[in-house]
Amino acid sequence: MSIPPSIKKISDFLWEIPVSYKPGMLVPARIYATEILLKQMDQGVFEQVTNVACLPGIIDYAFCMPDGHWGYGFPIGGVAAMDPHSGVISPGGIGFDINCGMRLVLTNLTLDEVKPEIRRLVDTLFRRVPSGVGSTGFVKISRDDFRRVAEMGSRWCLRNGYAWQEDLEMTEEGGCFSGADTSTVSEKAVERGFDQIGTLGSGNHYLEIQVAKPENVHDEEIARAFGFTRPNQVAIMFHCGSRGFGHQVATDYLKLFLSVSEKKYGIKVNDRELSCAPFHSREGQDYFAAMKCAVNMAFANRQVILHRIREVFSAIFHRSPEDLGMNMVYDVAHNTAKLEKHLVHGKKTEILVHRKGATRSFGPGMEGLPDRYRETGQPVIIGGSMETGSYLLAGLAGSQYTFCTTAHGSGRAMSRHQAKKLFRGQKLQREMEERGIYVRTASWGGLAEEAGPAYKNIDQVAEATELAGLSKRIIRLVPIGNIKG
Amino acid sequence: MPFRYLDDVATADAAFEAFGDTVEEMFLSAAEATIGVMIENPRSLKENEQLSIELKNDELDMLLFDFLQEIIFFKDSRRLLLRITSLRIDRTSSPLTLAAEAGGEIMIQGHHPLLTDVKAVTLYRFGITQDEKGWTATVILDI
Repeated sequence: MSIPPSIKKISDFLWEIPVSYKPGMLVPARIYATEILLKQMDQGVFEQVTNVACLPGIIDYAFCMPDGHWGYGFPIGGVAAMDPHSGVISPGGIGFDINCGMRLVLTNLTLDEVKPEIRRLVDTLFRRVPSGVGSTGFVKISRDDFRRVAEMGSRWCLRNGYAWQEDLEMTEEGGCFSGADTSTVSEKAVERGFDQIGTLGSGNHYLEIQVAKPENVHDEEIARAFGFTRPNQVAIMFHCGSRGFGHQVATDYLKLFLSVSEKKYGIKVNDRELSCAPFHSREGQDYFAAMKCAVNMAFANRQVILHRIREVFSAIFHRSPEDLGMNMVYDVAHNTAKLEKHLVHGKKTEILVHRKGATRSFGPGMEGLPDRYRETGQPVIIGGSMETGSYLLAGLAGSQYTFCTTAHGSGRAMSRHQAKKLFRGQKLQREMEERGIYVRTASWGGLAEEAGPAYKNIDQVAEATELAGLSKRIIRLVPIGNIKG
Repeated sequence: MPFRYLDDVATADAAFEAFGDTVEEMFLSAAEATIGVMIENPRSLKENEQLSIELKNDELDMLLFDFLQEIIFFKDSRRLLLRITSLRIDRTSSPLTLAAEAGGEIMIQGHHPLLTDVKAVTLYRFGITQDEKGWTATVILDI
């Protein structure tokens, strides 16, 4: 049993670790989970979320979401808001895959129309959207153009014919964090990522064709508002981030912060991965500007992939993407730090919210939502395993207690190495096809690592977020085709 | 046993311990473990492409961090999967220096049994220890 004995039950879905748990904790740590999910959390979650609670300037609580699991620095599912005047920014609170995120795209096709073409669709997408270790993208640009991508995000895609105007509106922050400055980014970072736009990557990154079956619709009215208007409607969901560029930005600043955290600013951290700098310091501001470049690259990456998906569907169904109704539902970011206005001790205040493996979840009426979602709340996309399905949810007002944050996935229950010992990629592919899920992969070993039983139960995670008032289940989407990086 | 993967640490990522009688052997083991996350049987890699790696750092553990990070950098920037063919560490100099020769192949999907991309070396629980049995590095890679 790894649960700390001093943990206090606040409600059936909220637990608190008091500041007395560990020297240096400035605030308690709060974990959103049902008792079942809490018991499944590994010891790293408790160690790491309480380390986060020691960071200077942290406001209220260090949070962990219901899909929380052992990460590095912050746990995956970790959330912390900092006072921008007295607090810090830490790359360990954002992760290496900056703005790893999810995008959900509609079609007006139904399962009956797509099923006969599923092999062709998945095979073509597998060829057209590069995935796996070392893959390079089809967008061939110079290093200078890449810097423009990093500063403009999805706006660069719109200017270059890879986006529809409405795509930007359906992307968190319009697909561009303002204030991105490539002078704060190393040549190494550019070198690592400039030819990777339009690639999925590997690990838990994927592209999936999914169906909204009528029996899986939890809220018909909001489902309709999100664009799901037909029984068995088909949608496309994908998950990827800022690729080698973002990984190098994070690495560069982790090293820089390690050298200044204690020596220059006197900040001692329990884990070197949490090395940080005051947000308003030169180093803090440089990292914030560089992180935004990686955020924007990730938005552009997902936008270019969407362009390719539209091309593939259009070619196979001999209809334009517009005619196929391939509109975006939304694009949500997972690994970011953002200045947002939230209620702090009853007063609307600008704070720096770190979300690592966690999703922004604006409830109805929140400033920053597109008009289309003003009444419903923000679409929240929680990806599950390739065998079990995923969820589309809507942000709820209750998320104000987590600085408008909810879960991001189902969370791993088994290590990658252990999964590889238990499952075989080829066998898994055959078994999934028998169950109506056609999978292509760049790596058999990678496929085995992503087997369904390696993850927690997505239904329990989605339900826990609803019980906690963070996000409301709208539709459970089930896979019929999957590309695994 | 030059390295072993750790199942019960950092669930979503790849953790390993790398061993060596000498510091150099331990660095080589850590390099092989890192490449082993990305490709099955790293020892089968041919040495078609050659390159030199030269690094400096004041701390031995951060020298290992930089070394593994360099292998990850070449995987993305030149799509190279590398084997380290020789390695020298001068621990008498200040800062410490590392000079390595590497050979490897450019990745071709379908030709190489690729596994999982490595994004970065993390500093969580990262460290080097020495006891009577030799040197051990503990590393968690972000996947």
